[in-house]
Amino acid sequence: MPELLSAPLVVEFPFTRSLGPVQSAFLTGLRERTLLGVRTTDGKVLVPPVEYDPVTADELRDLVEVAPTGTVTTWAWNPTPRRDQPLDTPFAWVLVKLDGADTALLHALDAPDADSVHTGQRVRVRWSEERTGAITDIACFEPYEGETGEVTPHEGRFTDMVTGIVAPARLDYTYSPGRAQTRYINALADQKTVGERCPSCRKVYVPPRGACPTCGVATTDQVEVGPAGTVTTYCIVNIKARNLDIEVPYVYAHIALDGAGLALHGRIGGIPYDEVRMGLRVEPVWTEGGRYPDHYRPTGEPDAAYDTYKELI
Amino acid sequence: MAPVRDVAIVAFAQSDHLRRTDEVSEVEMVMPVLHQVLSRTGLKTSDIDFTCSGSSDYLAGRAFSFTMALDGVGAWPPISESHVEMDGAWALYEAWVKILTGEADTALVYSYGKSSPGQVRDVLTRQLDPYYLAPLWPDSVALAALQAQALIDAGDTDEPALAGIAARSRTSASDNPHAQLRGARAQGDYQVRPLRTGDCPPVGDGAAAVILAAGDRARELCARPAWIRGMDHRIEAHSLGVRDLTDSPSTRLAAERAGAFDRPVDTAELHAPFTSQEVVLRKALKLDDTVAVNPSGGALAANPVMAAGLIRLGEAAARIHDGTSHRALAHATSGPCLQQNLVAVLEGEAQ
Ligand SMILES: [Zn+2]
Repeated sequence: MPELLSAPLVVEFPFTRSLGPVQSAFLTGLRERTLLGVRTTDGKVLVPPVEYDPVTADELRDLVEVAPTGTVTTWAWNPTPRRDQPLDTPFAWVLVKLDGADTALLHALDAPDADSVHTGQRVRVRWSEERTGAITDIACFEPYEGETGEVTPHEGRFTDMVTGIVAPARLDYTYSPGRAQTRYINALADQKTVGERCPSCRKVYVPPRGACPTCGVATTDQVEVGPAGTVTTYCIVNIKARNLDIEVPYVYAHIALDGAGLALHGRIGGIPYDEVRMGLRVEPVWTEGGRYPDHYRPTGEPDAAYDTYKELI
Repeated sequence: MAPVRDVAIVAFAQSDHLRRTDEVSEVEMVMPVLHQVLSRTGLKTSDIDFTCSGSSDYLAGRAFSFTMALDGVGAWPPISESHVEMDGAWALYEAWVKILTGEADTALVYSYGKSSPGQVRDVLTRQLDPYYLAPLWPDSVALAALQAQALIDAGDTDEPALAGIAARSRTSASDNPHAQLRGARAQGDYQVRPLRTGDCPPVGDGAAAVILAAGDRARELCARPAWIRGMDHRIEAHSLGVRDLTDSPSTRLAAERAGAFDRPVDTAELHAPFTSQEVVLRKALKLDDTVAVNPSGGALAANPVMAAGLIRLGEAAARIHDGTSHRALAHATSGPCLQQNLVAVLEGEAQ
């Protein structure tokens, strides 16, 4: 078979999240170089703070300020930082119990090498120059040989509280469509539409995905379908999609290509949108150098009788 | 929890786990495994009362990717079906409950994961707390390394002992034709210290499937069913800094509720993708050297994300099916540093 297709696939999503009263205070505090924890009913101080006790599920609202200094409770040396991690030079991941806290915060420790890091090590916060109310307002920790800080009560109120965060995420993939879809896409580039027949129920799937959902077996026989087909149903699109250069209104239709066992979908052109109808006979239109049909246009044949396509709607 | 109805794993199948499977889509990868597990029982899709699957859209990078894989089971005409965005071990739990309630007598459970299209270390950061952790992108190896260092500091293990776990696992996998890494290998460089390449699981693609059946139906379908004597799953606090990383109280509790401590087991399939996690699990489950731990090679030999936990249940069951084991423990995990844990106890009928 021809070479496997693959293409980069980037998934990016900026999650907008609201903060509850405790997280709002904590992240606003970071912006103001103030570290807040929350006191549990049994007197422990949790940093980073949460709204509900992880042991008792009690609601927690009693904020306290802890020191920007602390002790490493465990660590791991990261010789090759990955994209978006806190430092781009080798660093240690650390859990740090801040002075006054009973639980540990995860962050990065800027240190010259693994031999200069150890459990029990004293560290302090290095603040980011630009702070927005996010965990990244702590740039990292750095080694510190100084006094132990204390815990003091704190109202948790600041002017201009941060009430939400935008958490951007980006993941990079290389998408490979697999055998069946590779065959389909390669055939389209040659201006052929190739479906695959189920060896059991004989239905021809287009586009094929490699399996018959009725029989649960691989579709293996390749069958050229079309090029013409019948509009089995359609809708009129009145909203312009972003990054899509098509004038509205236009028609999006289900099209049963001749010989196919189910309808695929495509845009109908070459006819006023309000003249498209069920039963309309259409054929694909490839643009210059296009690897897939740009749209389908009327063939000029008489409309197909309802009985010939009603099973495919 | 004592089951109200006898339910057994009656068949298990898995793919060969490979570093890459670019030539097949997810459904093309899963389908042969589904056919194998069905043929082991002689069942057809239409004979299955309930189907449940486990997978993750984040591995595929596409929404609702499991609906495509569903083509492989023959989902038309409509079947009774469910999906968990988790390891297939939790899909098996759901199917078990479905059978216990009497709503089904047979169930097909499958799961799959293709890690090769993306960077699984980065992908797994998206399961972390989005406020305090995810923005720092601490990857799965880094988090496991923090746990490993905590164990070393506590005197529970050291680097040579971890290397021993790696070697033992991959030597065991020599007999497992499906495993990705077969045979001991060099420990390699530090990935994130103290974990070396050898302490980490291989990244790869794979799928697994099991069939569950109740009572006499199970006896018809399998000469020696692997009866599920108990199963339970528990979870710990999300925040790593709240937990004692050297212990796994959730595993211990799940094992207790599953009846694991009532009588000794002879085999344990532990879902420990990192060598250091086996140390934690052995302690939580009170396993000594009389128990064969991960005779399949475990997740250190093949770790198709979302299927590796289900494979532990399948491997444990397969050893009961062939008479090698009489009472086996199977464990599955999910989340950073063993956050969520499932334990099942499987037994063969007395001869
Ligand atoms: Zn079919």
